[in-house]
Amino acid sequence: MRLIRRTAAAAVLAAGCLTAATACAPGTAAPAADKASDDRTGTLQVWLYNEAGNAAKEAVVTKAVDEFQASHQGVTVKVSYIDTDASARAAKMKGAFNDPNSAPDLVEFGNTDLPGYVAAGGLAEIGPDLEKWKDKGDLDPVIAQTTMVDGKTYGLPWWVAVRALYYRTDLFTAAGLNPPTSYDELVAATQKLHAANPDTFGIAVGGKYTFGALPFVWDAGGDIATKDGAKFKAAIDSPASQAGIKRYTDLFGPDGCPAQQCADLTGGKTVDLFAAGKSAMALLPNSSRSKVDAGAVKGKYGVVPLPGEKAGSIAPAFAGGNNLGVMKAAKHRTLAVEFAELLASPAYQEKMYDAMGNLPTLKSVSGQVAAKDAFLKPFTDTIAAGTKFVPLDQAWAQIDAQSVIPTMLQQVVTGKADVAKASADAAAQINSAFAAH
Amino acid sequence: MSVSTTTAPAAPPSPKRRRGGRAPAAPPGGRRRRPPVLLLLPAAVILIPLVAYPIYQLGLLSVLDFGQAQASGGAPTSFVGFGNYSKILEDGQFWTVLLQTVGFAAFCVVATLAVGATLAVLLTKVGRWPRLLLTTAAMAAWAAPAMTGSTVWSFLFDTNLGLVNHTLEKIGLSGFHEFNWFYDKWTAFLIVGAVVVWHSFPFVMVTLYAGIRAIPEEILEAAALDGANTWTTFRRITAPMLRPILTIVVIQSVIWDFKVFTQIYVMTSGGGIAGQNLVLNVYAYQKAFASSQYGLGAAIGVIMLLILVIPTVLYIRTLRRTGNEL
Repeated sequence: MRLIRRTAAAAVLAAGCLTAATACAPGTAAPAADKASDDRTGTLQVWLYNEAGNAAKEAVVTKAVDEFQASHQGVTVKVSYIDTDASARAAKMKGAFNDPNSAPDLVEFGNTDLPGYVAAGGLAEIGPDLEKWKDKGDLDPVIAQTTMVDGKTYGLPWWVAVRALYYRTDLFTAAGLNPPTSYDELVAATQKLHAANPDTFGIAVGGKYTFGALPFVWDAGGDIATKDGAKFKAAIDSPASQAGIKRYTDLFGPDGCPAQQCADLTGGKTVDLFAAGKSAMALLPNSSRSKVDAGAVKGKYGVVPLPGEKAGSIAPAFAGGNNLGVMKAAKHRTLAVEFAELLASPAYQEKMYDAMGNLPTLKSVSGQVAAKDAFLKPFTDTIAAGTKFVPLDQAWAQIDAQSVIPTMLQQVVTGKADVAKASADAAAQINSAFAAH
Repeated sequence: MSVSTTTAPAAPPSPKRRRGGRAPAAPPGGRRRRPPVLLLLPAAVILIPLVAYPIYQLGLLSVLDFGQAQASGGAPTSFVGFGNYSKILEDGQFWTVLLQTVGFAAFCVVATLAVGATLAVLLTKVGRWPRLLLTTAAMAAWAAPAMTGSTVWSFLFDTNLGLVNHTLEKIGLSGFHEFNWFYDKWTAFLIVGAVVVWHSFPFVMVTLYAGIRAIPEEILEAAALDGANTWTTFRRITAPMLRPILTIVVIQSVIWDFKVFTQIYVMTSGGGIAGQNLVLNVYAYQKAFASSQYGLGAAIGVIMLLILVIPTVLYIRTLRRTGNEL
């Protein structure tokens, strides 16, 4: 009796839901483009990343805003700085996608986020608009490639960051060493430096430092995945990739970075180790300069490109960086494109470099700042030698969120699995991520 | 024993007596049906929108392919039946994590009860000031947000700057120089377990202490007069009278410890080295929600719900059978 009554109640509830289907189904926003418009006046909403030392960035952006408002009658530019922390900004962007009414017109975003945002239907295609931009030809083509999905452009590359090898000049001199020019020299240097300075790690690497590991994989001729026709297919378990994984994980020894200390380090933690003088070398981006200068090793370090296996070669770096993108739901589409073009113009890219140390995406500006600042040479050399990128597919967001690469590295580093087993597991997860999208 | 009719709320009289006392008050069969339904209405008004509807949504999501693209209208939502469930059940890691979760929860429940019960008994034995001190300390632990507590404990066990390593080294244990407590799976679980216990023992302690206090002095006195020793008093009087409270405390602890998230997520930075310290909740987050696969995450949620229903139903049945009520 009781059972029957309970079933009846459930049936009533289900029936109620059927009649009011929208109330019971999970919410889905109307396609963003339905809400879009192209007003030429009003308030242009812009979201930029709130970065370390943001005051300098704000000063440059404020100048751009003033210039833009002066040349566009009746337009107010409102810039908000959003939290750069991965999960916070993901939540913020998801909110903007789900509720087009509260979405901004123009956003800054990390270039690896692009395919996911495109798949979510959040970004507008701006390829045709950029064709008319006078500085388009000056864009680094490899970097421009990172803003494209299926041949369509969804972003304007604003700045890039690459990683190179920071090393302690004082320790190298004391040990009678030159900066390494090959992987073997790098390993030999860790041994010699650690022997001379037992409290110092030969090199700071981390089990969670995906972009520290990838250059070794790319240098060995491997990759995360390769495009097989229209679909990506995992390549992280290929013999070449395995050789690269082995080279990276071999650095987690007693001379390099002991597994006990380094298996759970992120890239950010390796900056801290190097800045504190705890390691003789580290693979850090150009943007870490200010943090390192604030530490104990200020004035006692130099930078060279990360050497590849072949003597004198440079390991391909990950082309990290940020894009500017126009939201599909933008109310001021044309104004948003124009403001993005202004922020990415040669004058403002140079100002941004001066303020934040972010590398320009325009070749002409890149040459200028490299000539101005010798510190940049190893980084521009690294870019010139060729950079690489993660698979331009929305599956990357999943692969990244599920820590597939860090888990693989940590399994090898802690001895839970050998390279073959760990990379095969990672390949299976990567393939399943590609299959899911 | 006749004095026991003046019961305190937490100490129900023996089942036999109550049954005898209640029977005449029950309304005649025919009119018995309606009023309970009406009386349930206020609870239903709260529970249906707050509990039933979300559970319904969870179930619905779990049979859909629903990710960020679907939420923001970039792609159509599609029905995948039990696709999400089979994806999880076929994942070898899920079974490892499930086993780990059960083991970890069992450890935490037993440890929490042992610590909580011991301290509750201690509270009844000590004087006013030590009792105040202990209660205050326990309340502070209870009041500390899981996030704060976990962070502070991870500072204590920090590899390079932690107080624990520093102290152990100071007393001459050389093996603890820059010792990483979270490198080994079991030491990591042990420390996280300790933090979980630290956060949850005050509830057990306070509840059991209240329960012990609610046992009428007269009963204990009568037992003493009848010549019962401490063990007999505990077995025949304290334990049976505490059973309903103990049951609540056990169910609560099982549910809490099975659903642990913050402590694991914060202290092992998202599930430990190579995911060695994952428990179901963190697994659901890492596997599904972090990458916006809401359908998959909902399926894990439903599985957890079903797992937790089992002990709850079992306990309620046992209670009913022994004649005790919550």
